[in-house]
Amino acid sequence: MMTINAIKKGIVIDHITAGRGIRIFKYLGLDKAKFTVAFIMNVPSVKMGTKDILKIENVIDIDYTVLGFIDPNITITVIDEEKVIKKIKLSLPDRVEGVISCSNPRCITSIEQEVVQRFYLSDRKRATYRCEYCDEIYSPKAQEPV
Amino acid sequence: MLKGRHLIDPMDLSIEEIDEVLELAQRIIREPERFSSACRGRILATLFYEPSTRTRLSFETAMLRLGGEVIGFSEASSSSASKGESVADTIRTVECYADIAAMRHPKEGSARVAAANSRTMPVINAGDGGHHHPTQTLTDLLTIRELKGTLEDLTVGLCGDLKFGRTVHSLIKTLARFRGNSFTLISPPELKVPDYIRDEVLARGGIPFVEYERLENAIASLDILYMTRVQRERFFNEDDYLRLKNSYILDAEKLKKAKSDMIVLHPLPRVNEIAVEVDSDPRAAYFRQAKYGMYVRMALIMKLLGVEA
Ligand SMILES: [Zn+2]
Repeated sequence: MMTINAIKKGIVIDHITAGRGIRIFKYLGLDKAKFTVAFIMNVPSVKMGTKDILKIENVIDIDYTVLGFIDPNITITVIDEEKVIKKIKLSLPDRVEGVISCSNPRCITSIEQEVVQRFYLSDRKRATYRCEYCDEIYSPKAQEPV
Repeated sequence: MLKGRHLIDPMDLSIEEIDEVLELAQRIIREPERFSSACRGRILATLFYEPSTRTRLSFETAMLRLGGEVIGFSEASSSSASKGESVADTIRTVECYADIAAMRHPKEGSARVAAANSRTMPVINAGDGGHHHPTQTLTDLLTIRELKGTLEDLTVGLCGDLKFGRTVHSLIKTLARFRGNSFTLISPPELKVPDYIRDEVLARGGIPFVEYERLENAIASLDILYMTRVQRERFFNEDDYLRLKNSYILDAEKLKKAKSDMIVLHPLPRVNEIAVEVDSDPRAAYFRQAKYGMYVRMALIMKLLGVEA
């Protein structure tokens, strides 16, 4: 495996489902980063087969709710002075606000100006989200999340 | 406590709260004159973005019979909505004038938006597209409770379009929360109840249910028969339609097989799914249902405003 230097101060996003790393990279706006970022794809993993990893040499603000929604498998490690100071295992959030939008043309969110799109987790096993207004199931195929 | 609350989805109410509303409605039925000034000085706004004369008149009569007053509009073209005003802004304005509102809107989830933008005025969902219509469900429940004396241990038959009928889904979900009820679902194959009702509500809740294709085979065991209309265009093929269409029409012949104390409900308007000859049968409850609809709205308005009589 390719070696990437250890981080002095920053964040490691690990156990990303292979293929989803690019979405997280984009969501976090890392294409415009002024600091060092390593994006490693298809890393062999005992647990997952392959996975993606992001190493960010900077402490950035991350919305764990949104990240958990994109990929609930993720673990986040916060590093300072080369030491792990925090490890967070993400999971599917109960609610997602202002991230994805409802595709039901009969939904009020399709016409009402100022409404914040809200979804609730209706089935954790199947990772199903429903629109809080019309209860329509969110379908990522119709609309890429984030 | 129901005072100050909104009613968007029938599931917003606990079964204790449903009982509370129905009990008050039954007190009003017994002594309507005692309640004739319960809401004096209060104003109900009926905000109807699409016409639904039946529902609007029921709400307005309910408020008038409580001694209150009514303002509102009955279609979007006569309201500021035609100038593009949002639901949120309409509610913020109406809240300055009225004490309680009943809103009907063609978009699903509109009532949630209304409720979220009302700071003190209770909002009652009078139908948001094909989504929820809680006062219809309360009407059905009051009718059953008044005529059968209970909401428990009933064999409830639902016949016709069980796929698209929101009143059917709400009634199943609500009656499934009361003890001892079982369901008989009678529909053509293409109009069966959606999977989530069968799997998440009935099967997961351990609630007994059976499915039939023909009403004549199912009617004998029912305590309640809830009829809905089957539209020809909902069938996938003409053969099925021709084979089954008469199975979803209730007539005197089929009614012969039913229990003598079964009651027949229908959300109205009826087209041809109940033959006119059934109207004179004492088991036909669908016209009385409209009256119960008014009483249950009276009770609901009182509860949400927190007024006593
Ligand atoms: Zn929606």
